[in-house]
Amino acid sequence: MVLKEKVIEVLGSVKDPEIPVVSVVDLGMIHKVHLQEGHVSIEVMPTFSGCPALEIIKRNIEQAVESIPEVKSLTVTFIRYPIWTTDLVSERAKQELKKFGIAPPEGHVDGEWHVPCPYCGSVYTTIDNIFGPAACRSILYCKSCKNPFEAMKPVSI
Amino acid sequence: MESLEYRECLIELIYQLADDDFLLAYRGSEWLGLAPHIEEDVAFASISQDLMGHAALYYGLLEDLGEGKVDKLTHDRSPEQFRNAILVELPNGTGTYLEDPSYDWAFTVVRNYFYTLSKKIRLDSIKKASYEPLQQIVQKISIEMSYHMMHWEVWFNQLINSTPEARRRMEEAVKTVIEELGGVFSYGRFGDRMVRLSLIESEEVLKQRWITYLNKEVAKEPLTMKQGNGRNGVHTIHLANALDTLSEVYKSVPTAEW
Repeated sequence: MVLKEKVIEVLGSVKDPEIPVVSVVDLGMIHKVHLQEGHVSIEVMPTFSGCPALEIIKRNIEQAVESIPEVKSLTVTFIRYPIWTTDLVSERAKQELKKFGIAPPEGHVDGEWHVPCPYCGSVYTTIDNIFGPAACRSILYCKSCKNPFEAMKPVSI
Repeated sequence: MESLEYRECLIELIYQLADDDFLLAYRGSEWLGLAPHIEEDVAFASISQDLMGHAALYYGLLEDLGEGKVDKLTHDRSPEQFRNAILVELPNGTGTYLEDPSYDWAFTVVRNYFYTLSKKIRLDSIKKASYEPLQQIVQKISIEMSYHMMHWEVWFNQLINSTPEARRRMEEAVKTVIEELGGVFSYGRFGDRMVRLSLIESEEVLKQRWITYLNKEVAKEPLTMKQGNGRNGVHTIHLANALDTLSEVYKSVPTAEW
């Protein structure tokens, strides 16, 4: 396997510390991986600017990539541009989020925001609080199966 | 960068944006556990965390521009070096977080709503401005801020159209906030040059946009800065008190690595 593939593969093992079922790759946070003779630099798009998990994510990326023997040096940088949006979240991540009990990001909050319940699929749901336990999530309630659940806040430009 | 003058004005503008969000994030965090109900506690804490994140983005840009480390900028400047508007440094009410906090929710709702609207108008203007890294940050912040706008707008409209007592308290709060809101729109002594260098549009244009958007009879008094212009380093004792609390841990071991 060439080094670039190895780097991408280990990045797939770096999970969001608050949502341990999705990786930084699946969340769409990795913008670019540059390689030059074993010197690796990775550009990462931060999700929410106040997210306290960002520094932990950076450290976890460093630890994971530095474990590859061929990597001679590594820099991980959070970039300002392009801007991360929830459109970058992969299909696989959306399925995993649902299984974890978090409705994946869909649609727009300022228009009609219909969020199907991740447990029973009903759209008979209400938004309890746009703000949730983490910067990226809202709190909702399913009137069909009577479960509270969280949804990833849709973010787009 | 184009010239020394441009650089000086740009840095000044970023300090204003950074210090505003930093102080209001701090005032918001003082409500933790004290908000009117549990859902609001979660929401307000999240908004304050976002604001602190916005401040961190601006301070990061200042670090890139050679102003020093982010931690030093936030914890090791004297009050007169801060460029925030006085509106955002005012306490939430009487008492302190630890002792007899008798905080004013009407004032908090009005301050946050009026401030967020002014922030939106300022950032929309900067989006058209000349410095790209700042434009990029502003785009990111705008996305997150749209949730804050919705939140405070709902609170404002619900309370002002509620009981006579709520109406009375909200009107009082509007009066207090408007008295200092002019300071948010001011660019201080660098104002004319910032506008000439196309960093942002003029104070008057932005103020007018704010009034037009709000379109409320209740807020018809002129926007003033009664206690002075924070953009020029004029502040109340409340800023010094806030900074003492904010930097207490940092100053206990200034050489520590965080």
